[in-house]
Amino acid sequence: MKQEYTITVYTENQVGLLNRIAIIFSRRKINIESLNVSPSEAEGIHRFTIVINEFEEVVRKLCRQIERQVEVLKAYFNTGDEIVWQELALYKVPTDEVAEKLQVERLLREFGARAVVIRKDYTIFETTGHREETDKLLAVLAPYGLIEFVRSARVAIIKASNGFHEKLKEFEAVEPASELIENEFLNKQAEVFSM
Amino acid sequence: MMQAELTKPSLASPEHPVEISGSQAVLEAFIAEGVDTIFGYPGGAIMPIYDALYDYHDRLKHILVRHEQGGIHAGQGYARSSGRTGVVFATSGPGATNLVTGLADALIDSTPLVCITGQVFAHLLGTDAFQETDIINITTPVTKWNYQVTDATEIPQVLAKAFFIASTGRPGPVLIDIAKNAQLQKFSYTGYTKCDHIRSYRPKPIVRKSYIEEAAALINEAKKPFVIFGQGVILGRAEEEFKAFIEKAGLPAAWTILGLSALPTNHPQNVGMLGMHGNYGPNVLTNECDVLIAVGMRFDDRVTGRLDKYAKQAKLIHLDIDPAEIDKNVKSTVPVWGDCKETLPLLTALVHEKKHTDWLNTFHNYAREEHEIVIDQELHPASGEITMGEVVEALNELTNGDAIIVTDVGQHQMVACRYAKFNESKSNITSGGLGTMGFALPAAIGAKFGAPHREVVAIIGDGGFQMTLQELGTIMQAQVSVKMLILNNRFLGMVRQWQQLFHDKRYSFVDIQSPDYVQLVKAYGLEGNSVDDRKNLKEALQKMLDSKDSYLLEVMVGKEDNVFPMVPQGCSVSEIRLK
Repeated sequence: MKQEYTITVYTENQVGLLNRIAIIFSRRKINIESLNVSPSEAEGIHRFTIVINEFEEVVRKLCRQIERQVEVLKAYFNTGDEIVWQELALYKVPTDEVAEKLQVERLLREFGARAVVIRKDYTIFETTGHREETDKLLAVLAPYGLIEFVRSARVAIIKASNGFHEKLKEFEAVEPASELIENEFLNKQAEVFSM
Repeated sequence: MMQAELTKPSLASPEHPVEISGSQAVLEAFIAEGVDTIFGYPGGAIMPIYDALYDYHDRLKHILVRHEQGGIHAGQGYARSSGRTGVVFATSGPGATNLVTGLADALIDSTPLVCITGQVFAHLLGTDAFQETDIINITTPVTKWNYQVTDATEIPQVLAKAFFIASTGRPGPVLIDIAKNAQLQKFSYTGYTKCDHIRSYRPKPIVRKSYIEEAAALINEAKKPFVIFGQGVILGRAEEEFKAFIEKAGLPAAWTILGLSALPTNHPQNVGMLGMHGNYGPNVLTNECDVLIAVGMRFDDRVTGRLDKYAKQAKLIHLDIDPAEIDKNVKSTVPVWGDCKETLPLLTALVHEKKHTDWLNTFHNYAREEHEIVIDQELHPASGEITMGEVVEALNELTNGDAIIVTDVGQHQMVACRYAKFNESKSNITSGGLGTMGFALPAAIGAKFGAPHREVVAIIGDGGFQMTLQELGTIMQAQVSVKMLILNNRFLGMVRQWQQLFHDKRYSFVDIQSPDYVQLVKAYGLEGNSVDDRKNLKEALQKMLDSKDSYLLEVMVGKEDNVFPMVPQGCSVSEIRLK
């Protein structure tokens, strides 16, 4: 069954790597639902968070293709219950409308939102959460002359992860510990992909 | 030390830096990496490198090709015959884009290449400058790694990485795009250090003993074990280890077309070719074996036929260096991830000495049937037009299987791979994965430079020859000895065969005319001959082989001959057709 997977990729910070990773998906005509690139907890290491809807078998193969890239250190894939994730959304609405017709205070409280900018002509709200939560606020604000809406890509933390600092040290070693380069995925074929 | 010696770049060190240009740094890197031959074509954006090359011509041989695609295929041929990394130069823009086919070919066939392209000045990047093209993004899907240099100080390090990445792990092509300003820029050069570690790149997996043990146990218990091998054996330089393995365990072994020549064709356990036009036994018995041992091969669809009917009854042991290949197309029972140079001896140590005589005889029985129905007539026809098979068979007799055979793509390729005899590894050079027509002529030029002591015969169809025949100019100028054997059936034969079998003989644009090839090579100062009569064939081949210089022999072969056996597309390997 196709389901939502969040792929986390640790990489070197290199021009062109985004393209190298993106074309692994587009070559197979797989749509990327969400993509975030940011620094990671380890210095100099970037972290891609990619969301796709696919079969597990396909996601596993995709991760192997990603890890095959010279500048990729590791790729993991997880289902929604194995990660903690958030998206951030911004809403720009006319200030009179929300002040008059909608109780701003109630809005902020109910949706855990906060006003980032309040001007005479418009107000910008911000909220973070899962897709349903940001969507709900969108639905509420839509009738009040919503001017602009934008939602960020997903960022996610893998619940079971111990971070990348230790692994990175191993990668830097010329003779890394066998745990690192033994292909764990061969051992726990169905569970975690890792090289 | 003399002042002149002090300024020699080869003696530069962190204590004694020498000021050199980026272009010189490229050539110093080549020398440090043991490069002896470059295939290339100059142009505006790579002129500083060519200017520097002027002073290095005593140490670096440069072969001027006639088209950059010819250059890169020559680089591939060089790499395949020598086992070393091929090196190619091209200028920016069209020069660089002309490399794309060769890069795609080298990637899918795991050929180590380092290609250097010139690029416009860094300040012009993105301005649509003359001969500017975004070659990094164009080549990203067809390179193992690529990188754009805009500062000369990066060059030694980047080239060290390029050679390391191209030649280690699963080899592949690397492209380095160097902006003209970086080629011209002078910098303080502190010497060249080879790269042996990149933290994000693990070319050599540590072998897991438990999987070796599991694999050995499966092989020891097997009643009908069957080995299928690919180019991994050659790339891993593991021909001897492979032979020792199959000999100890008494395993029949069949090859993919890129694996061909890794095991001598006359080895008693060599049971032939896999796949669409492979041998009868290996295809049928893939679906009867109980343990299938795949060594350095990637289960291409031309090898497996219909996947859901492929070796379903068998337990699969898959030895490969690239983890992305394991379970990609066929699910393995025991994945042996590693360099087969290491894994094969470990496996050999644990397998029992066996003969499997009855099982091997099953292969021989199928071979006998295939001989009766297909091979005998193909190799020794009594009458009618000359067949491709009899040309290859006559060539076998004259070369004793000692020649390097370079093939193009199509019917002649399948026939040559099926029937050519090989004693030595790295002797079969063909475009397997990408199926690039026009590959053979330039690849044969490169193969000769990679193995100058060996005879190189390029077997080419009349279609493929016309795709890259401009490289006759390279042959003429470089005075390289390449024997060109054109099997001319006056058709794009493989497409015609499919149109005959699957499209009601609707021969749509496969009727191709040829020039007078003998006259053509004459224009390049080369000798040639054409035969259409069986009784002159051997003599003509002998004359071709006896020629010291390059020589072209055209053999007119059966116009509508087909290659059989054949696994039709969408069919299982056991549904192979003998006619």
